[in-house]
Amino acid sequence: MVTEQTVILDAAGVKRALTRIAHEILERNKGLADVVLIGIRSGGVFLADGIAKQIGIIEGDTVPLGAVDITLYRDDISGQLPHQAVGKTEIPFSLEGKKVVLVDDVLYTGRTIRAAMDALMDYGRPRCIQLAVLIDRGHRELPIRADYVGRNVPTSLKENVQVIFDSSNQPTEVVLEK
Amino acid sequence: MAEFKHKHIIALRDLSKADIELLISTAESMREVNSRDIKKVPTLRGKTIINLFYESSTRTRTSFEIAGKRLSADTVNIAPSNSSATKGETLADTALNLLAMKPDIIVMRHAVSGSHYFLAEKVSCSIINAGDGAHEHPSQGLLDMLTMKDRFGRLDGLKVAIVGDITHSRVARSNIQGLTKMGSSVFLAGPPTMVPPGVERLGNVTVCATMNEAIQDADVVMMLRIQQERQGKTLMPNAREYSRYFGLNPENIKLAKPNAMVMHPGPINRGVEMSSYVVDGDQSWILKQVENGVAVRMAMLYHVCGGELE
Amino acid sequence: MNMLIKGGRVIDPSQKIDDTLDVLVENGLIKQVGKGLQAPADAKVVDAAGKYVVPGLIDMHVHLRDPGLEYKEDIISGTRAAVSGGFTSVCCMPNTKPTIDNKAVASYIINKSQSDGFCNVFPVGSITYGLSGDRMAEMGELKESGCVAVSDDGRPVTNSELMMRSLQYAAGIGIMVISHAEELELVGEGVMNEGFTSTELGLKGIPRVAEDIATVRDIMLAEYTGTPIHIAHVSTKGSVRIIREAKARGVKVTCETAPHYFTLTDDAVRGYNTNAKMNPPLREADDLSAIKQGLQDGTIDCIATDHAPHHIDEKDVEFNVAMNGIIGLETSLPLSLNLVREGVLTLNQLIEKMSCNPSNILGLNRGSLQAGAPADITLFDLEREWTVEADKLASKSKNSPWLGQKMKGVAMATIVSGTLKFER
Repeated sequence: MVTEQTVILDAAGVKRALTRIAHEILERNKGLADVVLIGIRSGGVFLADGIAKQIGIIEGDTVPLGAVDITLYRDDISGQLPHQAVGKTEIPFSLEGKKVVLVDDVLYTGRTIRAAMDALMDYGRPRCIQLAVLIDRGHRELPIRADYVGRNVPTSLKENVQVIFDSSNQPTEVVLEK
Repeated sequence: MAEFKHKHIIALRDLSKADIELLISTAESMREVNSRDIKKVPTLRGKTIINLFYESSTRTRTSFEIAGKRLSADTVNIAPSNSSATKGETLADTALNLLAMKPDIIVMRHAVSGSHYFLAEKVSCSIINAGDGAHEHPSQGLLDMLTMKDRFGRLDGLKVAIVGDITHSRVARSNIQGLTKMGSSVFLAGPPTMVPPGVERLGNVTVCATMNEAIQDADVVMMLRIQQERQGKTLMPNAREYSRYFGLNPENIKLAKPNAMVMHPGPINRGVEMSSYVVDGDQSWILKQVENGVAVRMAMLYHVCGGELE
Repeated sequence: MNMLIKGGRVIDPSQKIDDTLDVLVENGLIKQVGKGLQAPADAKVVDAAGKYVVPGLIDMHVHLRDPGLEYKEDIISGTRAAVSGGFTSVCCMPNTKPTIDNKAVASYIINKSQSDGFCNVFPVGSITYGLSGDRMAEMGELKESGCVAVSDDGRPVTNSELMMRSLQYAAGIGIMVISHAEELELVGEGVMNEGFTSTELGLKGIPRVAEDIATVRDIMLAEYTGTPIHIAHVSTKGSVRIIREAKARGVKVTCETAPHYFTLTDDAVRGYNTNAKMNPPLREADDLSAIKQGLQDGTIDCIATDHAPHHIDEKDVEFNVAMNGIIGLETSLPLSLNLVREGVLTLNQLIEKMSCNPSNILGLNRGSLQAGAPADITLFDLEREWTVEADKLASKSKNSPWLGQKMKGVAMATIVSGTLKFER
């Protein structure tokens, strides 16, 4: 079957979206105090890195950056054969009292975010968790909403949204597959 | 992406290099769970693990139990009072009775080599080998390899010396099977009464005439436990003489590479296979092995749960 | 009943016959072998065209498990397995319960086999009472009650003096001693051949030398006393060499091997297959070729099965716990015919080793189609293929390493004392 691909965002578009999200994060949190970014493996980690770079450019300061792997927290694990490789969770700082901005590439059912929040709670008690996504494609199955959205893309269930990264993990484009 | 398709882990001989890499990599991720305040993830919630230990082993059993609990599985320990299957209930009957309780995984230690293959034919759940006779002890092999990888960042190209009673050692066999698949070269030394025939055919394995030859320029020196009950019988004179020719001490360890690591599967006979100066010395990674045990066993439990029927 | 077996390829090494001939049987005895024989009016005519007609096969080493262990096999099921494998006579080993160490047990076996069995059964009495290894059994009475040999099969007689005296005593009586050659200290708790496979599987090995030195001892004792001895189930290259050398210097030694020792190696144990566990254990490739060499050059006189039935509960267990031994009566002929196909033996030599030689060694007065001999005759098809299936085996026990495997060659009819006991 031939899949039809439409480019929703090109590299420049992704960069503009991440820059805007960086601004919004700073604005909402009134600066960088206690803000940390945590990307969800694997796409979210690369995007969190991009947002952190923009924040650095804007503020001239670095934001603590972490990564969470949600494999061990998935709700569909027992039905999944074989089990996925487990990636590393790397949060080299305490979450106690932090304003965590969770970063993912595509927000869809919300189950990944649920798993990620459960994982974060096991690392400590953040002051709050905010959610930043590059694409919100709808079809939520859990009461979850993003605080920062790069682009809302209405999709059908048959479609698939993919953020493509190059070999150095830089986002090159976002495509809609039919 | 690497996939682990085995429903059972009975021997490292049965696993591919990719399988071993995946287990080690998952164990590295699991280790992160073990370093947190909340050392628990919900992954195996609702799964039941039976630790069926026909031979006593506080260390391995506890390690598997903790591993299961950290993955949120329910773990039950069973130590049948008779370790001999010739009296009382047969292993097959015990297994079928346990199966009626619907376990997802049976972790078994048994004195008879190959009994896990027998068990796997009888039951529908996953089987993990926690040691069978003189055959294999895959979790120990994996945790040893993880520990070596921690030290050197790789397994490929390492020179690993294994010294002691190779014939009766399931630890040695699992390490040989695993390490040779991962590109290490293994050098064995022990009294000729304790080196089994054809062992060099298991892979990149060299049998050395002396301990010094084996540990010369080694990256890893792994000492095996010498069973006290073998002393004074037909395999060796006594612990004193054994220690003289096959004991690791602050002098002969200098033959290994300066940054060599020293390992031992435990429990240690201090002063027999290893001098306390070495056990407690800078090059000793023995406690790190124990620590890595939990993470490796978490990885094994996690992956067999996702394994398909073989 | 009279019988005419027509048009088969008759091979009788005892008369150097190898031709398409008829065999006439009268009153349980061979009447005549010749061309174009006419059937008497009352004779049953058996068409043997395309089949081989040979002196009834003799398995000089089986375990019928009767009396005492009938849950594994009994005289009826064991002899039924024998005739379906083409055997007209079997010699059953004394490790029954009670042991064949007295007239009562020997007579029981002979009587039951004559009344209910399918083939001739010749008991082998024990060398020592209860196989205890410490007291000589009444060999004279055993011989008088029908035993054709003595053996403590399953165990060696560890006491060398007792073994030497037993050889002398048995020779005086005129009964053959069959040696189970095994040095128990070297066997220890071993469960398979010691070698690369045992190393990889982590199973305790049995070194070949455990068989070799026991073979040497018994041959030296026989040589010293000038008595005959038969070595059972030879499995090692060392034993073959030792027996070859002993024969060359005139020792009265004969021996047998079993089909599994020239068919399988210890690789068959992989997967912890308990149906590949036996004693002596399956050896390695160079032993296997030495066994074939020994068969070819005449060092090994006989092929016997060491048919050792065990209940599934004794085999469907962990490897160390499983009992030693496999059944063999129904697979011996096709596996042995492989030797002919491989050019190791001629068909003539094979029949010698499966019929003439065992008869001669034990004085059974069989193994021949000569006029006047008991009409024990086996008809087989050399080419017919079949699959070993547990539920089609006549033996009560199914402990064969060849289950599910294809065989080539099969017994088509088995005639015991002129009576058709089995027909396929």
